[in-house]
Amino acid sequence: MVERAGTGVLTAERAGPTARVEEHHAPRSFLGRYVFSTDHKVIGLQYLLTAMLMALVGGALAVMIRYQLAWPEKTVVTPETYLALVTMHGTIMVFFVVSLALVSGFGNFLIPLHIGARDMAYPFLNMLSFWTVVPGCLLMLAAFFVEGGAAAAGWTAYPPLSALKEAVPGSGLGQTLWLLAMALFIASFTMGGLNYITTILNCRAKGMTLMRMPLTVWMFFVSAVLGVLAFPPLTAAALMLLGDRHLGTSFFLPGGLVFGEEVLAHEGGTPLLFQHLFWFLGHPEVYVIVLPAIGIAFDVIATHARRPPFGYRISVYATLLIAFLSMIVWGHHMYVSGMNPLVGEYFSIATVSITAPFSVLGINLIGSLWRGQIRFTTPMYFALGIISVIGTGGLGGLYLGTSTTDVYFHDSYFVVGHFHLMIGVVTLMGTFAGCYQWFPKMFGRLMNERLGKLHFWLTFVPMMAVFVLMHYQGLSGMLRRYYDHSLFEFQTAGRALNKPITYFALLAVGGQLVFLVNFFWSARRGVRASENPWEGASMEWNTASPAPHGNFGPEDPVARRGPYEYAPQDSHQEYLPQWTA
Amino acid sequence: MTVHPSSAAPAGRGSAPLLAGLFVATAVLVAYGFWSLGGLPELASRHGVSIDATITYLFVTTGILFLLGHGVLTLFVLRYAGSAERAAPERGSPHASSKLEWRWALVPVLVMCVIAEGGVLIVGMPAFAQLYGEAPPDSFVVEVVGKQFEWLVHYPGPDGVFGRSEAKLVNDARNPIGLDKKDPAAKDDIYTRGQMHLPVGRGALIRLRALDVLHSFTVPQFRVKQDLIPGFLGRTQFEPTRTGQYELACAELCGLGHYRMRGFITVESQEEVDQWLSEQEPAF
Repeated sequence: MVERAGTGVLTAERAGPTARVEEHHAPRSFLGRYVFSTDHKVIGLQYLLTAMLMALVGGALAVMIRYQLAWPEKTVVTPETYLALVTMHGTIMVFFVVSLALVSGFGNFLIPLHIGARDMAYPFLNMLSFWTVVPGCLLMLAAFFVEGGAAAAGWTAYPPLSALKEAVPGSGLGQTLWLLAMALFIASFTMGGLNYITTILNCRAKGMTLMRMPLTVWMFFVSAVLGVLAFPPLTAAALMLLGDRHLGTSFFLPGGLVFGEEVLAHEGGTPLLFQHLFWFLGHPEVYVIVLPAIGIAFDVIATHARRPPFGYRISVYATLLIAFLSMIVWGHHMYVSGMNPLVGEYFSIATVSITAPFSVLGINLIGSLWRGQIRFTTPMYFALGIISVIGTGGLGGLYLGTSTTDVYFHDSYFVVGHFHLMIGVVTLMGTFAGCYQWFPKMFGRLMNERLGKLHFWLTFVPMMAVFVLMHYQGLSGMLRRYYDHSLFEFQTAGRALNKPITYFALLAVGGQLVFLVNFFWSARRGVRASENPWEGASMEWNTASPAPHGNFGPEDPVARRGPYEYAPQDSHQEYLPQWTA
Repeated sequence: MTVHPSSAAPAGRGSAPLLAGLFVATAVLVAYGFWSLGGLPELASRHGVSIDATITYLFVTTGILFLLGHGVLTLFVLRYAGSAERAAPERGSPHASSKLEWRWALVPVLVMCVIAEGGVLIVGMPAFAQLYGEAPPDSFVVEVVGKQFEWLVHYPGPDGVFGRSEAKLVNDARNPIGLDKKDPAAKDDIYTRGQMHLPVGRGALIRLRALDVLHSFTVPQFRVKQDLIPGFLGRTQFEPTRTGQYELACAELCGLGHYRMRGFITVESQEEVDQWLSEQEPAF
């Protein structure tokens, strides 16, 4: 019998081969099953649904931003409200949509299933981490309703703007709520990260060596390590900023700040310190959310191209190298901040060196199609789309990582287009690929393929159009975070693209409704899925659809080979599941 | 409605040409867009030539990689679309030897080292050195003070020395940059609200400071961008090569008037600049 130890550890390996999961272990009350659940699959879904709700808000904000930019003369928002829209859209999308859905949602849902564990290492901590982020979401949303409005200093929250209520209306209570919500998010994310690391290192099924783990699990592992290392400096920065705002400290505020004719009492700090702390997190965060999407692409491609990923081990090594490099390149966000140019050159050299391991991942993704037997299912559509988006947006990074050209592109729409492609479209498409792929394990049904493919076209085409057009705006010199671009003559050329971008953006947002309809309709009415509808070879297909409490039935699963034994060399079978003898 | 996909294998054979078409269209349209819509504002500074050269270098190199990547992706999607007969023999085994895999890992590493590091170190470095190196000794020196939401331009006056300034002396109407009357060097200083005149063909050294929040000094035609940090005296330098009037914009979010923080830079002959300066009232 499997015992929950004091820490709540529940592992297949430790429980031994005679372990049995008895039915009565599954909680029966509604609260226990669906609200305060410690089951990693329920928690994963809770994260996913929370992220969907937040995405509705983030998407609505995007529509309002695009409306203002396309029709500034028919404006319905004030400049300060516009800045609040931009700030909250960025924060909500990066942290409360993409991070929650992809990293917290799929990380929780997939890791135990993939490695043959019965749950996460710390189920209670897992539940706690979800219930920590919920008040974070509520605080973030509450900021819209307080005096002065929501935070308006940008998602980067650079002081002095974010530190002083004199600087911008949103820097009142709205900014305080923003900081508290971020602190809760970070606390939740750190709990989740520690749980991932422990689970992956300690709870793998018998025979599941590290190099037999699916690439998705590797990517979640690296992402969790990065998150745990990179987030604490931002926590410190948030606390210091709260101190500057409310306790009269001056970590980020130098002497002699003048607003109107009033000289503030702060003295001795520097705004640059915050930028270093912010980007020490901010850059690794990019990889925290991009790597899992790439991992999902690898797994989806392997399943539907019916062949192992090209260069599995090399991809693992490349990912580790990317993770290391991502921790030492944060300064490339600060080339024009007055940083010593020699330091800038160092950051530039280090930054563009990431393109080497990153293109290895790109080559391996494409190579994973080589001599395959591609089945064009919906998840495969999204995975192939990810290759194209990475091959477009990734190269744009060179223009920004090269310090010389960044002087021109910094804070222009080129940046906006670039990061939306990489941490917006790639991550969203990774999330969608994951939804279509593992929906059977969530609800025991398949998502509708026709609606799924329609969703792909309504995602890929308009989103690429929006963000590639923004690159052209950046080339023409158009600057970001502008309420209205019509006051500057040099922005005339870029401004001409604002309306087309808005039309495409509306299409992209509308296209997501197809997904929502498909998701909720298929959860109840979709075609019933067998245990292994995609003929997948990795461990999660070795259980019922939907996966039951405890994941794997009475016998502990054993990994007898790698997760990608498609077209095996010494067998006549089309694929060899990881779990069969 | 789709049934069980594994029994419906190979799923969606007709998808291959569709997706191939999508990737070809992506490649063609993105590249064409860069070609036709990706124009930069007309260049008006000396170091900008090397910045533009670096951008062109990246256009060409990343353009080739972009088209190559999409080309291979398209070919593979068409070539390896699943067929009704399983494991068509002419395709060979999909299992790559680790030697082949390592070889294909080495290719992008070498290519990116050459393209990316070459871009930073060989193509890009000269422009960066011009932008951040020693300013020419005969540079025309101006100070720009950023405040919400205005550019204040400060000239040292005939003595060539900037007067002392202090935060507590700032008075929006009478002394917006807080010049100290008691400093003899401040007497002949000149300041304007958003009007800067620079001589053509002579290096300009711009001292940058901010009174309240971050700002960023940006003139796209000069290919110049440099943040103004409160509590920190920064600088940027460039040599205007074309006469005319240019807009000075703020690139770092500075509050609700960020979008209208506009200044003007007039580039003209040295004589015209001197003439204009002589027409300005000294600070005190």
